[in-house]
Amino acid sequence: MSNGKRPQGRPGGGHPGGPPGMSMPGEKPKNFKATFKRLLRYLKPRQNRLIAVFIAAILSTVFMIVGPKIMGMAITELFEGAYNKLTGTGTGIDFGTIGQILMLLAGLYVFSSLFNYIQQYIMSTVAQDTVYDLRQDVNKKLEKLPLHYFDSRPNGEILSRMTNDIDTIGSTLQQSLTQFITSVVTLVGIIIMMLTISPWLTLIAFVSLPLSLFVIQPILKRSQKQFANQQKSLGELNGHIEEMYTGHSVVKAFGHEKKAVAQFDEVNEELYEAGRRAQFISGIIQPLMTLIGNFSYVVISVVGGILVTQRAISIGDIQAFITYSKQFAQPIMQTANIANIIQSTVAAAERVFELLDEEEEKKESTALHLERAKGEVVFENVDFGYGEDLLIEDMNIQVAPGQTVAIVGPTGAGKTTLINLLMRFYELNGGKIEIDGLDTRDMSRNELRQNFGMVLQDTWLFNGTIRDNIAYGKNGATEEEIVAAADAAHADHFIRTLPDGYDTVLNEEASNISQGQKQLLTIARAILADPPIMILDEATSSVDTRTEIFIQKAMNRLMEGRTSFVIAHRLSTIKDADLILVMDKGNVIEQGTHTELLEQDGFYADLYNSQFAEKVAI
Amino acid sequence: MLKILKNLAPYKWFVAAVVLLIFGQSMADLFLPTLMADIIDNGVVKGNIPYIWEIGGWMLLISALGAVAAICASFYSSKAAMGMGRDLRRKVFSHVEKFSLQEFDEVGTASLITRTTNDITQIQQVVIMLLRMVISAPIMLTGGLIMAISKDAKLSLVIVAAMPVLVGAILLILKKGVPLFQEVQKRLDRLNLVLRENLTGIRVVRAFNRETEEKARLQKANRDLTDVSIRVNKIMAFMMPIMMLVMNLTVVGIIWFGGIRIDNGGMQIGDLMAYIQYVMMIMFALVMASMMFMMVPRAAVSAKRINEVLEMKPAFQDLGNKIADRERGTLEFDNVTFSYPGAEEPALSNISFKAKPGEITAIIGGTGSGKSTLINLIPRFYDISEGAIRVNGVDIRQATQDEVRSKLGFVPQKAILFTGSIADNIRFGKPDATPAELEHAASIAQATEFISGLKEGYETELEQGGSNLSGGQKQRLAIARALVRKPDIYIFDDSFSALDFKTDAKLRKALKDETKDATVLLVAQRVSTVVDADRIIVLEKGRMAGMGTHEELMKNNEVYREIAYSQLSEEEIA
Repeated sequence: MSNGKRPQGRPGGGHPGGPPGMSMPGEKPKNFKATFKRLLRYLKPRQNRLIAVFIAAILSTVFMIVGPKIMGMAITELFEGAYNKLTGTGTGIDFGTIGQILMLLAGLYVFSSLFNYIQQYIMSTVAQDTVYDLRQDVNKKLEKLPLHYFDSRPNGEILSRMTNDIDTIGSTLQQSLTQFITSVVTLVGIIIMMLTISPWLTLIAFVSLPLSLFVIQPILKRSQKQFANQQKSLGELNGHIEEMYTGHSVVKAFGHEKKAVAQFDEVNEELYEAGRRAQFISGIIQPLMTLIGNFSYVVISVVGGILVTQRAISIGDIQAFITYSKQFAQPIMQTANIANIIQSTVAAAERVFELLDEEEEKKESTALHLERAKGEVVFENVDFGYGEDLLIEDMNIQVAPGQTVAIVGPTGAGKTTLINLLMRFYELNGGKIEIDGLDTRDMSRNELRQNFGMVLQDTWLFNGTIRDNIAYGKNGATEEEIVAAADAAHADHFIRTLPDGYDTVLNEEASNISQGQKQLLTIARAILADPPIMILDEATSSVDTRTEIFIQKAMNRLMEGRTSFVIAHRLSTIKDADLILVMDKGNVIEQGTHTELLEQDGFYADLYNSQFAEKVAI
Repeated sequence: MLKILKNLAPYKWFVAAVVLLIFGQSMADLFLPTLMADIIDNGVVKGNIPYIWEIGGWMLLISALGAVAAICASFYSSKAAMGMGRDLRRKVFSHVEKFSLQEFDEVGTASLITRTTNDITQIQQVVIMLLRMVISAPIMLTGGLIMAISKDAKLSLVIVAAMPVLVGAILLILKKGVPLFQEVQKRLDRLNLVLRENLTGIRVVRAFNRETEEKARLQKANRDLTDVSIRVNKIMAFMMPIMMLVMNLTVVGIIWFGGIRIDNGGMQIGDLMAYIQYVMMIMFALVMASMMFMMVPRAAVSAKRINEVLEMKPAFQDLGNKIADRERGTLEFDNVTFSYPGAEEPALSNISFKAKPGEITAIIGGTGSGKSTLINLIPRFYDISEGAIRVNGVDIRQATQDEVRSKLGFVPQKAILFTGSIADNIRFGKPDATPAELEHAASIAQATEFISGLKEGYETELEQGGSNLSGGQKQRLAIARALVRKPDIYIFDDSFSALDFKTDAKLRKALKDETKDATVLLVAQRVSTVVDADRIIVLEKGRMAGMGTHEELMKNNEVYREIAYSQLSEEEIA
């Protein structure tokens, strides 16, 4: 997350470094190179700014690296002045020269900080703009994806790609990218500076490098292993917690609380053990690094002392060299860390790109136009299946304008499929659907859907005012139209009893109004949209009788003068329907009017007789 | 936050050890620059190589001691921090396990999960940081100051001048930045909300042709987030450069003034170099301390959420001590009234009936009529407001909850299964069930066929939530789990809904023999499934609208007749 950042210590100034950020073993992207390249393409429009960032980063780092050397010059000057004064061979410290050197040093530091600021300042727009573009691309992709994509995976997963993964990319761009550059520049710069001071001392410093790598490497490996263990235990524990909490009633009913706690304790103990180890091992690294640093410090002092006595090197250079050798290890650690971060970032980018590469909805043809349908609906030899197997085979339906079609059958056995096909959320495998004699595939989806209204059991309202939610049905609806629709849906009264009336803002879960009221709002929305064809679900859940009557009335009102497909739950609706579709397992197995179907003496008749007629007769 | 930190109490000796060790480590760190100064002043300057070796040896020794102290500190601090995390997690989890469904309703399951997992991890992280870095900050700060002043008091005026600048700058940046961070979070939530709405409502969005408007809404949320993110990052961009600048300029100042001191003979060159090191330590400690201001407010939010859970008392206590075995296989509701907390109207009122062994009692009614509520009262998931419920002739408030629940075989509406094998899941009902008992329960639940069809049979591992089984299979396992206990009272909360007609019929037949000595309570949606019941209770809006057999009710109960008439389309027949 973009706010999860902390100012990261950059090498400089000779202070002891921050804690070594422990890198988790990052997830590996499948195709690093291609994804990385594609990610770079997102940076392309900001090329110039990015170059400016790089230049600023390099300048800032270079100035910072030169610092100790100049400081060394000042100290040498001081030392020699003092020394000469002491031995009586000079006039003492030349404050003029020192002043000049220090002015130069101060200037360097000011510029270094300035460039550092410029770099971060520009980078914040570069990073955020890139993330903006990426999100925008995802948003645009959303409307092009077929419904199949959304139905076939959990919302959480899609959401995670859109938010977490993109956030990861953002914070890496913001921090790690420039850090990588400065680390490399620092490393190279330090080596150069050290070499210019004394190749011999550099050699000694380099000897300590493999030493530290030798010591740190195995620890780092173990630490990564422990962190992985910790992550695993944490996952297990969280899984257990989730399971026990969601199954709380069952756990209680069977008296399993103690066992649940015992099991929890076991995993919790594992987590403690793994976490303790991981933390401990990662805590070892810093002191060891310091120790090794001090070791090379002593050696450098000894060798430096010899060199100074031979007048081969100045005292200030030794000070500078020590500062450099201390900063030496940090960029190496950092680069290793960042390599890990970049890897997991590319993995995140890969997931986002996967989404962007998903197959899009079939291109629509706009050969035909349908302004406002009369409402004739024909299914002709329709074949359809979600996967390989056909769910519907050779289905034929004829619905005349204004007719009511009742859909009867087990819940979940076809209503979604029917909606999916009618509104062309899914493509047919064979046959065709015609509205007013026009093939639905020859018109734009927008035009087709304009002719449909939909009131389902699971109401969908969004976080906004009631007015906006009703107005969703029609672009640019006037206040009068909205109120009239609400009135027709028997919703006007309850809306007016709310403290803010039509301006009441529905909260996230829309839990500030009841389920039945939500349903009334969706009906009002459909009334406002005024489509010639309606799809309705009669089922009402958790609704009191009064509201239920309202909903029923509103639905009847909605069906007037329209072709209606009703997922029927009431005998009266079924009996009065012009056509009954008996569905089972996704397919329409019988169709006809109530009387026709009874005469047919098939599935419907069985259903009706065995479940109703007989018992009613008793 | 402080309240949560009290959980460190059992580890106070560890924490004390950490403080002590870090103190030792800091002392070592503080001593090193002085030794370095000696090396330079007496060794390097004078060309005294043996002296360098000698002091160098001391340096190594001291820094080794420092390293050992640091490693030990890390040992104890990880023990303390992770130990506290473990204890806290345990405390919250076992506390939540005591909750009735009432508390679950109040906080929400999802929220309880985050509080037990993420929030505690967050706290743990902060405690690690506290123990590892923040403790050393004041020690280094005071130590560094003392050392610096002892080296040269006058030169310390430079530090006195620099410190407020550094602290002031950091605090100013944080003051500007932190509210913006909160704004970022808010807008991120907003973006997530709009995205989620778009995902859940995708059909509605497309049905109403609102793709363009939704895109604009998303774009606006995106733009808002981007803008504030850029703003916050621009402010945070000040942080590092300013910190570095103040530190570096302080050093420049010290060299200048130190030079004057050296010129006066008040200081030696090595001392100056040591002095610079001390200043760095001081400044760095200050930066560390400022980081506290970033970390603590965040952890405080988590701490508050955890405390809320811990402070929540279960709504009622488990105080009974009777044994529930007076009249086996009976269940009695005696004028029971129940209201959900805060509700204006009771969810159930004046429910009375008595069920005897071998009888089947069915409960029927519309959605929201109170069927599931009624059932949830029997295992005492909620406490009734008036009247009494008697299991085996004993008031459930006078026996322990465990005792009452051990008499019940409860099959919930949604078949909830757990990670583990199929056998484990059935054994959930009776931990010491023999294989024969398992198989018997499975066969009555009509689960034998599909279990033996699985490659590993009873040992087949279920994924979380049993997602590798079909709805009907899960339901049958949930039934077997209740059967294996051979309870005195069977409770089925619309538990056959995912079964096909044939299995349903077979199961009911097999159940009949099994439940001869027990009483069966059955919540049903469909009239057809309760025709055979000895007693049907018709619920409407929490009240009993009638009770009797199917025939009786059909004749004289309007509500029941209505339900029967309206149900044709919901029939599920294979």
